[in-house]
Amino acid sequence: MNIKPISSPHVSSARRVDDIMKKVILALLPALGFGIFLFGWSALFLTMVTVLSALFFEAVCLKLKGGAVESYLRDGSAIVTGLLVAMTLPPYAPWWIGVVGSGLAIILGKHVYGGLGQNLFNPAMLARVALLISFPIEMTTWVNVSPFFTGLDILESFKITFSGAEISDAITGATTLGFVKTGFSQAQLLPDLLSDYSGFLAFIGWERGSLGETSTLLILLGGIWLMRQGVIQWFIPVSLLASVTLLSTIFHLVDSSHYLSAWVHLNSGALMLVAFFIATDYVTSPNTPLGQLIFGTGCGVLIFVIRSWGGYPEGTGFAVLLMNSVTPLIDHYIRPRIYGRTRDGKPIEGG
Amino acid sequence: MFAFLENPKFRGGIHAEEHKAETCDKPIATDLPLPKRLYIPVQQHVGKPAEPIVKVGEHVLKGQLLAYSQGTISAPVHAPSSGVIFDVQDLPAPHPSALPIRTIVIETDGEEKWFKYAVPENPFELDAEEICLRVGGAGVVGLGGAVFPSAVKLNLGRKNQIHTLLINAGECEPYLTCDDLLMQERAVEIVGGIRLMLRGMNASKAIVGIEDNKPNAFKAMQAASAEFDQISVVQVPTRYPMGWDRQMLRYLTGNEIPADGRATDIGVVIHNVATAYAVYQAVCLSKPLISRVVTVSGGAVAKPQNVEVPIGTLMSEVLAFCGVENEKLARLIMGGPMMGEVLPHADVPVVKATSGILALSHEDIFEPEMKPCIRCSSCVTACPVGLLPLEMASRIKANKLDAAVDLGLKDCISCGSCSYVCPSNIPLVHYFKFASGELFSRQQREHKAEQTKRLADERTKRMERIKAEAEEDARRVMEARAARQAAEAKAQEETA
Repeated sequence: MNIKPISSPHVSSARRVDDIMKKVILALLPALGFGIFLFGWSALFLTMVTVLSALFFEAVCLKLKGGAVESYLRDGSAIVTGLLVAMTLPPYAPWWIGVVGSGLAIILGKHVYGGLGQNLFNPAMLARVALLISFPIEMTTWVNVSPFFTGLDILESFKITFSGAEISDAITGATTLGFVKTGFSQAQLLPDLLSDYSGFLAFIGWERGSLGETSTLLILLGGIWLMRQGVIQWFIPVSLLASVTLLSTIFHLVDSSHYLSAWVHLNSGALMLVAFFIATDYVTSPNTPLGQLIFGTGCGVLIFVIRSWGGYPEGTGFAVLLMNSVTPLIDHYIRPRIYGRTRDGKPIEGG
Repeated sequence: MFAFLENPKFRGGIHAEEHKAETCDKPIATDLPLPKRLYIPVQQHVGKPAEPIVKVGEHVLKGQLLAYSQGTISAPVHAPSSGVIFDVQDLPAPHPSALPIRTIVIETDGEEKWFKYAVPENPFELDAEEICLRVGGAGVVGLGGAVFPSAVKLNLGRKNQIHTLLINAGECEPYLTCDDLLMQERAVEIVGGIRLMLRGMNASKAIVGIEDNKPNAFKAMQAASAEFDQISVVQVPTRYPMGWDRQMLRYLTGNEIPADGRATDIGVVIHNVATAYAVYQAVCLSKPLISRVVTVSGGAVAKPQNVEVPIGTLMSEVLAFCGVENEKLARLIMGGPMMGEVLPHADVPVVKATSGILALSHEDIFEPEMKPCIRCSSCVTACPVGLLPLEMASRIKANKLDAAVDLGLKDCISCGSCSYVCPSNIPLVHYFKFASGELFSRQQREHKAEQTKRLADERTKRMERIKAEAEEDARRVMEARAARQAAEAKAQEETA
């Protein structure tokens, strides 16, 4: 009979870290699958390289750290990071971009801080921003929509991913955000710049962009499913999307030739993925509902500011990293009210 | 502002697997064979232990006083059956440590002969003071688990202008159904007890809160209280820890008890429903608290059920009665699975606080490996108090106890909701209990250091005073000697 000191409670819920990660992976799959379908073999190769190298780096770090490797490797957190890194990469990026990205995310983004649960910044966003600054060409070569059997065949795709074959200019172009930013720099104005833009195709995801970021619809569905499963709460996604929508609508109404409409913002770049899968990262976002509302709003405001007035066409990565850095501050000041006490911790008045 | 983020009636909480179906529709078993020996600890309540007044070898009747209450917060204990006092010695207590406690052992004679107490003719017309006196004399304590002497609470209520008596029939702990069954079978007596309590406190109304997973108990209580306007029976949602008294109060009245105060500060007194039954027995029938209903359940119990058990019966006998399967037994618990205490063995007596005896199997206590915290905030969402369990635990891990206290460690009620929901299986409550223990021993150490310092200072002063006195004495001696010598010298001079 057991006599080691055990504290209550003696029962626990069946919910485990592994299940949470599994659900996140499941919720990502539709958008990722669509991305692979949209951009063909290269996208598939890049995803595999990125996820496998994420697992490899995770295993190496765990081994160096000592202790259990296998049970941690199986918790699925490295796969989630690998998938998220892959989904933010241009689909024709060379293999080493995936490897370097995973390395940055797992080693610099996670294990130097002490591993799972200890990191200050979202690993995938850290990798994305570091790659964007270090390898601007590879990170901004956007390929046209070219589904399986209409674009490059498996051999040509293999060469592009693994042996640095030239990507023909004929099959590349700019993303909506990039195109608009370049247009503004050439003194072009909005309604003309977006003459070919289809809001519907952008919502479906039939456009140039990062591997797994194009389909607003599928990411939204995955995100809503995660909310219904109780894996994430609504505070961050809703406040983030609402603040972007509100700001862009105001500015668009004031000056529709220089500011994109809310619809274009919502369907462009990494916004949806960030709102549901990146900003909601447990480790790097605040603990309380109010804190999460502040965090989400902060992300949304920064995204709008960087997109509208910054040097980069897309600002989600920077916005999330900046807000990650103030998360400890938010958590320090925003605390739940304790029973029988006022918000500042003093006992309430008896009546 | 942002009040919309807060539910004013209920914060956090969990919904655990109930496991109440195993026992909630079986009648209370009253045919437990009378044990050969009964072991009655003199302390089964909060406060000072009772003082034995019986001698070894003395014959006692059922219900006879064995040990009397000492001081203002204490409760007497009575003989659960007739027999001979076999011994008064230190025996293992029903506590995780199984440390010894002073225990009166009765060898029963099987005659169950009652000690004759006078029964009041009109119990519902007794004075408030008289009711409190009888409740105190019968050794009634809070049967929800806190075992605070009920008479003290009633007296406190009468002195504090109480408007509402809250009867806590939440019974939110999984597995436990003893209050449920008591309400189903003995609602009339419970309502009688509530009326007596109202009278004992001069309070005007009573609210009974019952979780909505006990429809039969609710119906029975409603029927029994129908003719008394001052008693209302209310269903509350099934959500742990609804039975936390402060939570029940918040749900039913919308008010909170100040963190530094008690329910009486806002005109409310809260009693458990089983306590109301004990009050009825004590006042109307002059029967002291010598038995209680105990839920015996868990995966290792073949015939889970509620049993009326004489106080002092060994748990091993109760378990044997319900068919415990020892090979399946993984953990023995007194109370519910959320807040109950582990017992190292079953050879300890059932006491007034024993609401349940759970023999849990390995499947019941499924315990996966502990993983690092992923800051998912499930614990923050689940905490009914409004604490940040993950932050408190990380401070305690880093041995920063003061930081944990700043975060509200002392407001923690150890309800276990945070540990329950943690997907990394971190034993958060264990951290908090450890920290509270450390704080307590630190206070003790500080107190001891202060006392030592005070004594040392006093000693130094005393020594200085003695030294000064000695010096003064020496000086006087020297002066006297000098004077004498001078006088002698003078005398010699004169003679010379």
